Amino acid sequence: MYRILAREDLTPNIHLFKVEAPLVAKKARPGQFVVVRSDEKGERIPLTIADWDKEEENVTIVFMEVGTTTRKLALLNAGDSIPDFVGPLGRPTEIEKFGTVVCVAGGFAIATIVPIARAMKEAGNKVVSIMGFRTKDLVFWEERLGSVSDELIVTTDDGSYKRKGLVTEPLKELLQETKVDRVIAIGPTVMMKFCSLTTKPFGIKTMVSLNPIMVDGTGMCGCCRVSVGGETKFACVDGPDFDGHEVDWDLLMNRLRAYLDEEQESLKLWEERNKALIS
Amino acid sequence: MTEKKKINLNRVPIPKQEPLIRRRNFNEVALGYTEEQAMEEASRCIQCKKTGCKVGCPVDVDIPEFIKAIQDGDMPEAVRILKSKNSLPGICGRVCPQETQCEMTCNLAKKGAPIAIGRLERYVADWEKAHPEVIERQKERVRFNGKRIAVVGSGPAGLTCAADLAKLGYEVTILEALHVAGGVLMYGIPEFRLPKDIVQGEVDYVKSLGVEIRFDHVIGKIATVDEILEDGYNAVFLAPGAGAPMFLNIPGENFSNIYSANEFLTRTNLMKAYLFPEYDTPIKVGRKVAVFGGGNVAMDSSRCALRLGAEEVYIIYRRSRVEMPARAEERENAEEEGIIFQLLTNPKRFIGDEQGRVKAVECYEMELGEPDESGRRRPIPKPGTEFIIDIDTAIVALGTRPNPIIPSTTKGLELTRWGTIKTDEATGRTSKEKVWCGGDMATGAATVISAMGAGKRAAADIDAYLQGKS
Repeated sequence: MYRILAREDLTPNIHLFKVEAPLVAKKARPGQFVVVRSDEKGERIPLTIADWDKEEENVTIVFMEVGTTTRKLALLNAGDSIPDFVGPLGRPTEIEKFGTVVCVAGGFAIATIVPIARAMKEAGNKVVSIMGFRTKDLVFWEERLGSVSDELIVTTDDGSYKRKGLVTEPLKELLQETKVDRVIAIGPTVMMKFCSLTTKPFGIKTMVSLNPIMVDGTGMCGCCRVSVGGETKFACVDGPDFDGHEVDWDLLMNRLRAYLDEEQESLKLWEERNKALIS
Repeated sequence: MTEKKKINLNRVPIPKQEPLIRRRNFNEVALGYTEEQAMEEASRCIQCKKTGCKVGCPVDVDIPEFIKAIQDGDMPEAVRILKSKNSLPGICGRVCPQETQCEMTCNLAKKGAPIAIGRLERYVADWEKAHPEVIERQKERVRFNGKRIAVVGSGPAGLTCAADLAKLGYEVTILEALHVAGGVLMYGIPEFRLPKDIVQGEVDYVKSLGVEIRFDHVIGKIATVDEILEDGYNAVFLAPGAGAPMFLNIPGENFSNIYSANEFLTRTNLMKAYLFPEYDTPIKVGRKVAVFGGGNVAMDSSRCALRLGAEEVYIIYRRSRVEMPARAEERENAEEEGIIFQLLTNPKRFIGDEQGRVKAVECYEMELGEPDESGRRRPIPKPGTEFIIDIDTAIVALGTRPNPIIPSTTKGLELTRWGTIKTDEATGRTSKEKVWCGGDMATGAATVISAMGAGKRAAADIDAYLQGKS
């Protein structure tokens, strides 16, 4: 069992857990993930490692409530335990001195990009970060990402905070105005797709962190397979980072929709059974 | 002159669930012998001096001795004899291919049906489970000899090696990547062939010997083999299996609802997707399912699909029935349940709908040519025979290969050209000092019992090495 040491609600439905996991903390690198199981009847879901502390022996995860498992997790508090917390999985993000690196994050992926931006900065890069949210109420970690970036741009889709619009707009301007050596884009699939489409005409290498459905997360099933440059890859062992210009986005989005009906059925049943807890 | 007792040349049949009933449930198909049936079958054993049966058993079970104990009605003794050589008899009695092992070499097989050794082994194991007081007696721990062993993987090879070393006084820790112990016994072989409480019962027995199991430990990620050794373990036994699935590599294979057998069976068996939405993991099985392959995993996948509600399930196999690697018994079970065998057929491409879900598979016919290096007749495509089968789910059961996580993170480990770890077959030794390997990671995908045999041999060699005897 893995004890939750601290919980923080970043927005009403985005939560942060600091989880006691000494061995995972010892090995974690930016860009890696863990597979979590909420309870005995639960499924295994992948969550990105948002931070870690070797000395304090804990690993931070950030998740958004979207379905049964994340709703179940959201009921847990400091002192509770998670039965399974497997990791660190996947290959770490490639960190080098590239020059100018633009880190783009959407929604709760802000948490994922912070350790990457930090590592890029420590490696001697100039880091420009762009963080995008739907609306003002969902904004979090502005200061935290700002502290590891040379420049920070915040957007909201509805213009309720800072710049109005999508992350692709400031990204395009940056590419037009300055010399960018690498782009890292992490967030919803559609956002990563459009970031990749934005950078492609400029020929700037753009790494994305893919989020296909996973089961074991160790390369034994191929559920998370994606097509990259025409080749089938397993995101859990070959990724999750891939070159965004090579990814077959439509295939990924189709595969992500495979269980929509079941996901809704499962959530409905859970909500009915847990009326008392969630009201 | 003493009267010669006439031997019954027919074995006692094992009661089974009726095909029409069992095709919609996950309960065990073979129900096991009653006491009377077991006694009757045991009485057929002639206790021959030249024991053929023992030769065929990869873990050297004293077969005539345990059957003699059944004949004498001394069940605790039967348990003791079995368990002294085999820590997992409830599993072996159910899933060993006895027809190519102990039962093939039974002397009665020359004249009639060999003794049903597997069914008797199962009977003894199930008797023990129903009489837990027998286990109590075996709980006396051997004195700790001061040496620690790490076993990577809790499948049949790892469990056997761990049990044998614990019996010799070693402190054994199993490091398991998943959240339950048992490996393929839990995620691969379905409940209707091998009930999971039987597996966990045997795992509990191994734990009762003092073996500790740590879950969620993906070796190569959470710690490397070198770090395990630096941690003070005297030896490491690698038994992570051959868990990486092979695909057909034909167009359309990434459409939704096309599964590797590993994924399909892991969802069904390990995550209990057949109990969705009671359990959270979903699975998608439409009306028509195609399973590609001819081995036990293909049989298991097809029979799971049927039990999950499919109306038509096809086994698509490129050779003919006689070349199928699946056990005859499982093939017959599948046929009885209504699985459709589409033989001498190979897929060319998958066809999807506008939402990227598989809706058909285009296949072509095959014919058999001369035998290839495996001794089986080589399938050759027949041009112009293309035809389409409408399906809404596909399961690819072509086999598995070793997962590269451990080999790629361990220095000094020599590999074969198939990506398996180079291992001395008799001892399990690898090219790296203090590291042994066995099971599918050494041989490629094979059987439960051969993995157990490898675990046993490695345990003996690790002991000899650490005692300075070799």
